[in-house]
Amino acid sequence: MTTILNPNKSLSVNPLKMSQPLGAALAFLGLRKMMPLFHGSQGCTAFAKVVLVRHFRESIPLSTTAMTEVSTILGGEDNVEQAILTILEKYQPQIIGLLTTGLTETRGDDMKRILKTFRDKHPELDSFPVVSVSTPDYKGSLQDGYTAAVESIVAADYGNVPDDEPPTVGMKPQVTVLCASHLSPGDVEELKTVIEGFGISPIMVPDLSRSLDGHLEDDYHTVTTGGTSLTQLKQLNRSCLTLAIGESMRKAATILQERFGTKYKVFPRLAGLDAVDSFLWELSQILTSRCDHHFPIVPNVPAHLQRQRRQLQDVILDTHFYFGGKKVALALEPDLLYQTAWLLTEMGANIQAAVTTTKSPILEDLPIDSVTIGDLEDLEELAVGSDLIITNSHGTSLAKRLKAPLYRMGYPIFDQLGLGQRCLVGYRGTMKFLFDVGNILLEEEAKHSPVALH
Amino acid sequence: MKLTKSKINDLLTQPGCEHNHNKEGQGKNKSCTQTANPGSAQGGCAFDGASIALVPITDAAHLVHGPIGCSGNSWNSRGSLSSGPMTYKMGFTTDLSENDIIFGGEKKLYKAIAQLIKKYNPAAVFVYSTCVTALIGDDLDAVCKAATNKYETPIIPVHSPGFVGSKNLGNRLGGEALLDHVVGTKEPEYTTAYDINLIGEYNVAGEMWGVLPLFKKAGIRVLAKITGDARYEEVCSAHRAKLNVMICSKALINMASAMKERYNIPYIEESFYGVQDMNRCLRNIAQFFGDQVLIERVEEIIEEETAKLDIALAPYRERLKGKRMVLYTGGVKSWSIVSAAQDLGMEVVATSTKKSTEEDKGRIKKLLGKDGIMLEKGSPEELLRVVQKTKADLLVAGGRNQYTALKAKIPFLDINQERHHPYAGYIGLVEMARELSEAVYSPIWTQVRKPSPWEIWQQEHESLLNLEAEGE
Ligand code: SF4
Repeated sequence: MTTILNPNKSLSVNPLKMSQPLGAALAFLGLRKMMPLFHGSQGCTAFAKVVLVRHFRESIPLSTTAMTEVSTILGGEDNVEQAILTILEKYQPQIIGLLTTGLTETRGDDMKRILKTFRDKHPELDSFPVVSVSTPDYKGSLQDGYTAAVESIVAADYGNVPDDEPPTVGMKPQVTVLCASHLSPGDVEELKTVIEGFGISPIMVPDLSRSLDGHLEDDYHTVTTGGTSLTQLKQLNRSCLTLAIGESMRKAATILQERFGTKYKVFPRLAGLDAVDSFLWELSQILTSRCDHHFPIVPNVPAHLQRQRRQLQDVILDTHFYFGGKKVALALEPDLLYQTAWLLTEMGANIQAAVTTTKSPILEDLPIDSVTIGDLEDLEELAVGSDLIITNSHGTSLAKRLKAPLYRMGYPIFDQLGLGQRCLVGYRGTMKFLFDVGNILLEEEAKHSPVALH
Repeated sequence: MKLTKSKINDLLTQPGCEHNHNKEGQGKNKSCTQTANPGSAQGGCAFDGASIALVPITDAAHLVHGPIGCSGNSWNSRGSLSSGPMTYKMGFTTDLSENDIIFGGEKKLYKAIAQLIKKYNPAAVFVYSTCVTALIGDDLDAVCKAATNKYETPIIPVHSPGFVGSKNLGNRLGGEALLDHVVGTKEPEYTTAYDINLIGEYNVAGEMWGVLPLFKKAGIRVLAKITGDARYEEVCSAHRAKLNVMICSKALINMASAMKERYNIPYIEESFYGVQDMNRCLRNIAQFFGDQVLIERVEEIIEEETAKLDIALAPYRERLKGKRMVLYTGGVKSWSIVSAAQDLGMEVVATSTKKSTEEDKGRIKKLLGKDGIMLEKGSPEELLRVVQKTKADLLVAGGRNQYTALKAKIPFLDINQERHHPYAGYIGLVEMARELSEAVYSPIWTQVRKPSPWEIWQQEHESLLNLEAEGE
């Protein structure tokens, strides 16, 4: 069992952690025609926007209740109301995601009451969904904020499915896929394709693959142009199973179980041969389980995935030389840390240091004796002598000081292109990771080999 | 000094500020007092502004007292460059937790300062208050004072909770911190007859480095840079300059006017963008000192530089001639970039006047001519509409609008904080010309605007298909 160290320093140096509101906004951005609304002073929104714009290189819709000194003293009720009305008028979203910040949480704004008053005052907006989530900056990290937003999204009541929807009988089985914060738009896309390949229709919550993948639209939009649609959210009750990708999605899955009786499976990671194998096996069982038990059918895994599996095995063979015995230091959010650390370990590398941002039960099961909830200063101390550093773009200068190469993961990454489409899950994503990192390690080895000296 | 209502009002009604509609000090700076609108507000907070103004002091540590949001989401994101120390690039924060908020964050702050000094030994520490620490009433001044006494390192409180106002106001709050705790605390090693301070230039993308050699060549000594690539000490001795030169920014006007009052240092406002402005800047400084030799030397430099520039710009002028630009940027830049563009033979068909003063607007009008459009509002929709209407060839604006343009498949050039290439001085103009021409002439535009073959086919066969449909 991994020991979790939580030094709780007075001084955080070179923070690894980003705030809950930022994470919540990210999750909300995976809904279609959405406008995330920060209840706080305008700076929080501006910073979050800059981070997301730099990371994805996309325009990002975000808005603020713009609390001032006066409204902070008097209460933010009017600001929330005015903000919602303005957004509705100016941007015509189909859904608003309302999240709190450090300021309004410290003030103690009672969001339930504020929203209730708003509802009472505006019966004409009765059916307009406002998903509210509490995300104080002084607790948790980006992952926590993201997770809290997903929980609010699946817990909200979106009203009934329109009557003219076709009946589901005889249609493809539907599953709900809860996508945690460690999945990029490219990861979500891959997941969706894989699941569809089995003849299953997935509802991704949230679906960043249609909102932050980077694509051109014909017109200009001020809200998200893709993502989980309102209709899909209304139909969550039709899913036969919830697939929770990432340990942090467990609670959201239980919420769906409580609401609709949907069973769930948690997949803490989707990279690495075993992890992907068991995921595909589960998918194959969804169709199989619908058949007569007396006449079992062969689990039908699509041919291209079977082929990818053989490719991955070959890639593992080809790349393992460079991973064997290498010391790797990681500073990532819990879900991403878990996935990456185990994959590296399975390749023969050793995890020399692990730093993370926030508590999670999954931290107890890492391939290393202890993990530190800390910052990049901690990483710099722990990573001395590592062969590879894996963290976000802020790690550039520390990697230089430690004379180790850096592989960028997490948020924010502002000095690299193509993150929206980068896929590191599934057989395909695992191969991509092994090639990416393998090449870095190979290059390092070549640099230090005696031949290079001549 | 504590942040009081009257203090803020003071900062908002800077008599020296041209934003004031009433120069007697009664009017208010429109852009500073504009209250943010819930649901449509954009832009940074006062803390953001204060750190923009102060973080470029490179050998100081910048400690953000608040929960993770303020620092965690923002550190290491500005492009202000250093020629030496890198302390300013580090993210320091007290990262307050729920407990700290219940019991107060002062103890944690004190400990944080102590650790910071011990481990990183900075020339000074700037401590920024943020929304939450202001709300819970942490006494920043007391903690900083105690720590200064104990550790013999200047610890400067910066009262910059985000909710007091915009980025602009934050700039001034940063300036206040310098005035109250830094400027005048040390004597310079030596002085010269031609000592100036540069105020409001942050060395974004190393821009200042394109200009400093010119001053040196002319024999003008930059005593303190406030604050681009500055060392803490030079700011301390800024009170011995003979002249303050405010660069392209009214952001730190409070510093210029306070230094005039306190130390009798006059100030002038200049810009480094475009040949005309750069020439004027050098001339005005020389003129101020009134030394004939200096004036002549400046003329020589101008002649030499413009001759060099003409050669360097010739190919770009050719390519850019008659190209139409929509400009969206704030304040002084709105007219200084206009003149830079016109230097290149481009036509500025529209520009913003959002943060401009009446005086700025007058200048813009003159430069733009009667057909020029003055944009009061700059929503993305509005910008796109204007680009379409004017058949502009590109949009020049801040990074915030980058994707507005790109998504609409319009060439774009970033003119603000986040850019990575220096545009100041004579060298900067070449850089800008190069990038403008690259933006406009990039081969990508035809590709991204091109419909797919099947779309073309469909368009061509539309009438045919319609006929067939009718025939059925
Ligand atoms: S608005 Fe307040 S809480 Fe938000 S970033 Fe600015 S100082 Fe921090």
